Amino acid sequence: MATVELSFTALPAHIRTARLVATAVARRSGVDESLLDEVRIAVGEACSRAVAGHQRHCPGEPVRLALTDLVGRFEVEVTDTSAPVADGQSGADGPAATALPDGLGIAVIAGLADEVQISETDLGTSIRMSWPSSGPSR
Amino acid sequence: MDLKLDHYSKDGIEVVDVEGEIDVYTAPRLRELLIELVNNRFYQLVVNMEKVEFLDSTGLGVLVGGLKRVRAHDGSLDLVCTQERILKIFRITGLTKVFGIHDTIDEAIAARRSEK
Repeated sequence: MATVELSFTALPAHIRTARLVATAVARRSGVDESLLDEVRIAVGEACSRAVAGHQRHCPGEPVRLALTDLVGRFEVEVTDTSAPVADGQSGADGPAATALPDGLGIAVIAGLADEVQISETDLGTSIRMSWPSSGPSR
Repeated sequence: MDLKLDHYSKDGIEVVDVEGEIDVYTAPRLRELLIELVNNRFYQLVVNMEKVEFLDSTGLGVLVGGLKRVRAHDGSLDLVCTQERILKIFRITGLTKVFGIHDTIDEAIAARRSEK
């Protein structure tokens, strides 16, 4: 079971909350201070992508975020239940209408996370990212 | 921290001060301001990002969109940024080659004027 789980309505306004929660849990899990910005940005990108997908395909469904302490690792999984959506292609009026095309969000995640695994299923996409950690503080 | 936007003219160049977080929620406001400035015939822009606390790919998209708009009028959009956390995003995406990125507003204006 994840250390902290969060699900939120697929609205851009809630992505900031997800970033703040992820950063707080990462800090408590012993992720180095110098890496916290990377966690914050990568989680924000993954959530933005999920929100864009949900707004197109299933606006009533929540986006899910799981934050897990592993031995020496801090892992974040962002799961959406929308059909796979190409990055930055949420339509002219969608929340990512101002995003750059060609998977830039994914490129940013790949550039920031220590390890990234992207799984696409019939239900949607799961982006699993992790960073080294020194274990939770007491 | 939400997004605060302000703008003023300096030496014939419009300086846009941005403070706070630029993400998928707030970026549309920056986009609207840049469009409004271009519509009002301000084609030489400097975006001061010294007080930006967060920038994601949506924010990058808005800046690239602004650059495209001013370039359509032979204009320019330069950035002022010394924060490593923000510069890192530009480096990862290769956008350091697209934007002129300067340490101060005066340096950005001087660089632009020297190219005129």
